[in-house]
Amino acid sequence: MTKYKVGIIGSGNIGTDLMYKVERCDHLEMSVMVGIDPTSEGLKRAHNHGYVTIDNGIDGLLEQPDLVDIVYDATTAKAHKSHSEKLIAIGKRVIDLTPAAIGPFTVPPVNLLQNLDQRNVNMVTCGGQATIPIVHAINRVSQVEYAEIVATIASKSAGPGTRANIDEFTRTTSRALEIVGGAKKGKAIIILNPAEPPIIMRDTVHALVAEVENEEEIITSIEQMAEEVRTYVPGYRLRGKPMFDGKKISVFIEVEGAGDFFPPYSGNLDIMTAAAAQVGEELAKQLSREAIK
Amino acid sequence: MGKRSFEILDVTLRDGSHAMKHAFTEEQVRETARGLDQAGVTYFEVTHGDGLGGSSLQYGLSAVDELKLIEAAVEECKSSQVSVLLLPGIGVKEDLQEAVKVGAKMVRVATHVTEADVAAQHIALGRELGLKTIGFLMMAHMAPVEKIVEQGKLFESYGAEVVYVTDSAGYLLPHEVKERIAALKNELTCEVGFHGHNNLSMAMANTIAAVQAGATYIDGSLRCLGAGSGNTQTEVMVAVLERLGYNTGIDLYKIMDVANDVVAKYMHRPQEVTGSSLIMGYSGVYSSFLLHTQAAAQKFGVDERDILVELGKMKAVGGQEDLIYDVAQRFALKKSSLV
Repeated sequence: MTKYKVGIIGSGNIGTDLMYKVERCDHLEMSVMVGIDPTSEGLKRAHNHGYVTIDNGIDGLLEQPDLVDIVYDATTAKAHKSHSEKLIAIGKRVIDLTPAAIGPFTVPPVNLLQNLDQRNVNMVTCGGQATIPIVHAINRVSQVEYAEIVATIASKSAGPGTRANIDEFTRTTSRALEIVGGAKKGKAIIILNPAEPPIIMRDTVHALVAEVENEEEIITSIEQMAEEVRTYVPGYRLRGKPMFDGKKISVFIEVEGAGDFFPPYSGNLDIMTAAAAQVGEELAKQLSREAIK
Repeated sequence: MGKRSFEILDVTLRDGSHAMKHAFTEEQVRETARGLDQAGVTYFEVTHGDGLGGSSLQYGLSAVDELKLIEAAVEECKSSQVSVLLLPGIGVKEDLQEAVKVGAKMVRVATHVTEADVAAQHIALGRELGLKTIGFLMMAHMAPVEKIVEQGKLFESYGAEVVYVTDSAGYLLPHEVKERIAALKNELTCEVGFHGHNNLSMAMANTIAAVQAGATYIDGSLRCLGAGSGNTQTEVMVAVLERLGYNTGIDLYKIMDVANDVVAKYMHRPQEVTGSSLIMGYSGVYSSFLLHTQAAAQKFGVDERDILVELGKMKAVGGQEDLIYDVAQRFALKKSSLV
């Protein structure tokens, strides 16, 4: 089986957690971690795991292009634009974990295979990964006129990037609720809760549908979808039963992480890296199919 | 009469939105705005209860678009200026730009007391747009004084001209308010404000404590129309502060008239300290949860006090209204499995 070589730009928390997940992928081979701070914990950790480390950012990686086939970007939306252009120019595939949203949004249980021919795919946001599958699950039974999601995460699991760009979370998630979730209109709300011990990520989906014809069918669709998400995020759980109130459906979700690099309460970070690993895995399969042709 | 040393900011048309289930009509807003303007209030706030963009299934959909209400209020003002509230994570910068287009002159950017750093961009935008810009630290009872000072300093560093201690749960007692205001006053160079809720009947006492500790912005609402048991009662505050020797700049009869002839007429119920709001103040729960908790308790047949106490234990923060239904459902299941 051909394995495709993976580079991760961004040796921070997300990049490090992703590294652990890539290690477990059948079709991916962790190859290089790229950072900009030679003393960073993330680079040291990657080095200790036996990977090449580059401490002068994208330029360093461009000097050794053969180290990678697929590159994950876990830096910032701002940096991502130029990273992506440079990598695509030399024929690499890019998976974007920033909210830059240059490439099409990808949420594995909804459209995993749809965007594999794209040079750049975007992973939306943590709140999007946790809720869009549910919106889609409702929408495939009954047209969702409006979907609103509320993501509540532990303060400790929101890094400085998220905090400085909280509007980007809101905007990107809202758009993806429409484009991928299928809602005619989307809205996203994010709340940070500093409680100690830190709370596990919680998400609520409120959907207004055109018609509630069959509650059971909607519930079954939601439960099947949750099962599907659990194949790559085992700690993804529905809390209680979906609530019906006229044309409004509310679904409560809890996301416990795998505890790879982040503590389990950071389900928000885990679901991003787990989804990104899924996409990498499928992309690798696609690349090997293309190679055979 | 004494020196004018503070601004009374009226929040009837924003905090009152919670008690009105976000269903203010344009006419109600116009009449209230006119009355506040004529009474001499410098600033009053008009927004969905949860700030710009707050119209949602989570908090309640606005019956009338808040931009329309803000515009209507602005049109009624001869000298008063209209403030808007913005909670990063709910509203976005574009919402503020839209509000400014219809005439908002002040923005209060609100975060949970420990999360000021999500507001840097919004505070900066407020200043850039030439607004009076305020940082609003909500649920101020949930953090120790040093933390409040640290977060207040962040707000100030982003450009806030006033930093508020916001007692969203109506939990604080006068000595705790005094301690918080005094610490901010001591450590910050900008002005300091106080926003109270009356869940423990402490709003007026807390406001006096705040003024005496150096707060120069204090919030109130007419007939206490606000979340939970409401806020410090604006018209009463005017009377009390005058008796304490301050010049409030507000005409007592005129502010009483708008409270009683306008606001009292459209209120859904008197703003009493009820069983639920008392428990909110007692266990430190966000005042806006009140009506949602009542609805959830009814839907699931559980005691609303149990829900509120549990939310307090779970350290719920402002905005987590979805948790109310989650908890109510859980209690109902537990109850039915015991039968």
